[in-house]
Amino acid sequence: MQKTTRLGVAALGALLTLGLAACGGGSGSSTPSSSGGGTAAGGTGTFNAALTGVVDPSDKKGGILKFANAGDWDSLDPGDTYYGYSWNFIRLYGRSLVMFKSAVGKEGNELTPDLAEGLGTPSDDAKTWTYKLKAGIKFEDGTPVTSKDVKYGVERSFDKEVFPDGYTYFNDFLNWPKDYKGAYKSKGVNTDSAIETPDDQTIVFHLKQPLSNFDYFAQLPATIPVPADKDTGAKYKEHVIATGPYMFKTNEIGKGFSLVRNPNWDPATDPNRKALPDGYEVSTNVNADDIDNRILAGDLDVDIAGTGAQPAALGRILPDPTIKANTDNPTGTRLWYTSINGNVPPLDNIDCRKAVEYAADKTTLQTAWGGEFAGGQIATSLLPPAIPGHEDFNTYPPGADNKGDLTKAKEALTACGQPNGFETNISYRAERPKEKAAAEALQQSLGRVGIKLTLKPFPQADYFALYAGKPGYAKDNKLGLAMNGWQSDWPDGFGFLQQIVDSRVIRDTGGSSNVSVRDPEVDKLIDQAMEQTDANARNAIWTQIDKKVMDDAYILPNVWAKALLIRSKNASNVFVNDAYGMYDYLGMGVK
Amino acid sequence: MTAPLDAPGSDLGPGILIAERPGIPIVGRSLGQIAWMRLKRDKVALAGGLVVILLILVAIFAPLIVKVLGQDPTQFNSDMIDPATLVPKGGTGIGPDHLFGVEPVNGRDIFSRVVYGARISLLIAFLATVLSVVIGTLLGVTAGYFGGIVDSIISKTMDVFLAFPILVFAIALAGVIPDTAFGLSGDTLRVSLLIFIIGFFNWPYIGRIIRGQTLSLREREFVDAARSLGARGPYIIFREMLPNLVAPILIYATLLIPTNVLFEAALSFLGVGVRPPTPTWGGMLSDAVRFYTVPHFMFFPGMAIFITVLAFNLFGDGLRDALDPKAR
Repeated sequence: MQKTTRLGVAALGALLTLGLAACGGGSGSSTPSSSGGGTAAGGTGTFNAALTGVVDPSDKKGGILKFANAGDWDSLDPGDTYYGYSWNFIRLYGRSLVMFKSAVGKEGNELTPDLAEGLGTPSDDAKTWTYKLKAGIKFEDGTPVTSKDVKYGVERSFDKEVFPDGYTYFNDFLNWPKDYKGAYKSKGVNTDSAIETPDDQTIVFHLKQPLSNFDYFAQLPATIPVPADKDTGAKYKEHVIATGPYMFKTNEIGKGFSLVRNPNWDPATDPNRKALPDGYEVSTNVNADDIDNRILAGDLDVDIAGTGAQPAALGRILPDPTIKANTDNPTGTRLWYTSINGNVPPLDNIDCRKAVEYAADKTTLQTAWGGEFAGGQIATSLLPPAIPGHEDFNTYPPGADNKGDLTKAKEALTACGQPNGFETNISYRAERPKEKAAAEALQQSLGRVGIKLTLKPFPQADYFALYAGKPGYAKDNKLGLAMNGWQSDWPDGFGFLQQIVDSRVIRDTGGSSNVSVRDPEVDKLIDQAMEQTDANARNAIWTQIDKKVMDDAYILPNVWAKALLIRSKNASNVFVNDAYGMYDYLGMGVK
Repeated sequence: MTAPLDAPGSDLGPGILIAERPGIPIVGRSLGQIAWMRLKRDKVALAGGLVVILLILVAIFAPLIVKVLGQDPTQFNSDMIDPATLVPKGGTGIGPDHLFGVEPVNGRDIFSRVVYGARISLLIAFLATVLSVVIGTLLGVTAGYFGGIVDSIISKTMDVFLAFPILVFAIALAGVIPDTAFGLSGDTLRVSLLIFIIGFFNWPYIGRIIRGQTLSLREREFVDAARSLGARGPYIIFREMLPNLVAPILIYATLLIPTNVLFEAALSFLGVGVRPPTPTWGGMLSDAVRFYTVPHFMFFPGMAIFITVLAFNLFGDGLRDALDPKAR
């Protein structure tokens, strides 16, 4: 999720390929940030207040909330949406099997049953997961929701030709019949090997391999029920049949839409949603600077993308303490980092990789990514603070001022047999000014110990498929370093780490986001984590993996992305949900 | 690279101003002499020419100028940047150390980068122009002189080139070319590539003009005379035609340079020019777009392009008026 640019599609297919959202623009998830300044729980009008408490708590119903989007949804269809903000927003009109709690900070990371009565019940080998649906849940037209509607929703999302924007988790992990092509092209095919519905209230998922965290799959919008007789395929996004407290009143794709209350939503079946406003008005394709200005002026409530204020607005907000007091600065689940490719000599020597880790000036990197508010928090390991399993550690302390430890770097270079430094290349995506700035910053800071970098921009569309992500190309062209970024689809070690540290996702044909981590021990640990059904034990393994990769010096973490969110003047119940790294759109009401 | 510009004066001996000396009988003046006198009277063109010379000097002596007035164009000055908003502390960072201020994000000295940017811009613009002129003239004269099937082939080739989406092609080619090719590497390769792309695709413009001129020259008496004395194609082209084509060639070369400056800037802006951190004007503009709230970042490279293009255009216009008054 939270995929702001369309890249990860290349990752379809192979067993471990999950089509996770690779990279993209800045967006964030939250945590009470260590560098963010004063926070006051529950208070109004202090900087970062919504990270740790509810700002302007209220149960007052009524009013209309106004949202704006600088771009447009990939799709409003639950089977075809991959943006983080969309997953946050979709809870207003759709109910999936389970969902992230509408709660402040880390509590928002917790999964809670939505359509289902409880979280999934795994079989002993974690290959079969069973959910029971609550009774009395209806579509907006009054038809009762059955487990078959959920099954149909997942089946139709299988078809990536009709729904190209979505993820491929269900495609890859469920035990589909051979040559299954989705609900449209394989109409009538018996799919009981993948999803069974023994009765109207029960749904059973059969996996090809053990998966200890299937509940995260069950919160994906693809489990939002879709009535087969109302399904219009690619056109369904024009009028999604609601199960949540709101339904579509108008929808003009490309301009915006409005939501009104759904008369057939029964609060008794839904402890998670307060449904305070009477409706929502959403406009799309609005100028980004205009959005900031209107929120500051009170004409608009939420910039739905949740990626933070534009540079122009930052210049107004940050110097002014009274404006700044009404903003929040969550740290997201996105890591911007530099891959250190051990296939490219002399970086095949761990000491040369360590020299890179020590010599990097983290402060110039932070500035390059956008500074301490709009860029990110200096990262010392892989797992972002908002993800369970994160631990504060720093394998390569970059000196007290974070400007790099040149003495240690030189020692490492000597140990590596390159006391005067060496030459290598750094690749980045040409269309991304921040990656370019970060590459230039690294060029400067590594130059201090004689590591000479040459900048190599590549088009972002083929960055992973043909260049940095293609092992042969990277090796032949000596791409020792590669700018990279990653955000998890959900706040858990699997979603965050697996695609970027598992060496088995690297394919000779290219396309993988992991371009540097090749450590069989890490692979083993990942397998252990995927079979471990106990969450705490599992998170401990993810921590271990994080440390192991840092010890290997295959990744130079730059920053954990942050975004400066502007709090609405009119909204009540404002808080940041860690699962999405932005304001929780379900909780918000009108003052 | 300055040769085309020096040409008008080159055939003037020490006695340029003979006509103005009292007491000496009026003698015939060459085309060059007449042109130079006309040009001298055109103050705007002269000013343009002066700026052009100044720009060339700046480009040549960039390291020296930067040593005295600025600093290393790639050096970061992070301490001058507000870490929260990324803009220079105090707005621009303009001061005695940084005449044009510093860039947002990394605090590089804008003055030094603009000065160094002149090198790339002018080098590419000049050499690309030379390339276009050489190809254009040779093919234009050949087409015009020989006519017939030769003319048809060359003219059709020109049409093809003129219809070619050169910007798209440039982007594609610059993206495909690896880092080492044709025995060149790094910035040398990128610069050569840009010169090639810009120069190679602009020749038909000058080629058509030269062809037209040749067509009319070919029928003149002195060519007939040469031919009747037994001169053959190459001799006539190089000895009889080309000297008479110097004027149009010079004019269009001078007018092509600013176009090429702009084209190079456009390519750099699109990120297919030389690679960072080597400064170019177009590249600086491209960086500056993100920081439109810090206008000085965009202003100085923008002004540099503006002044260069304007100066060349004014000078080129003046030169045309001087060499070819009928065109007025």
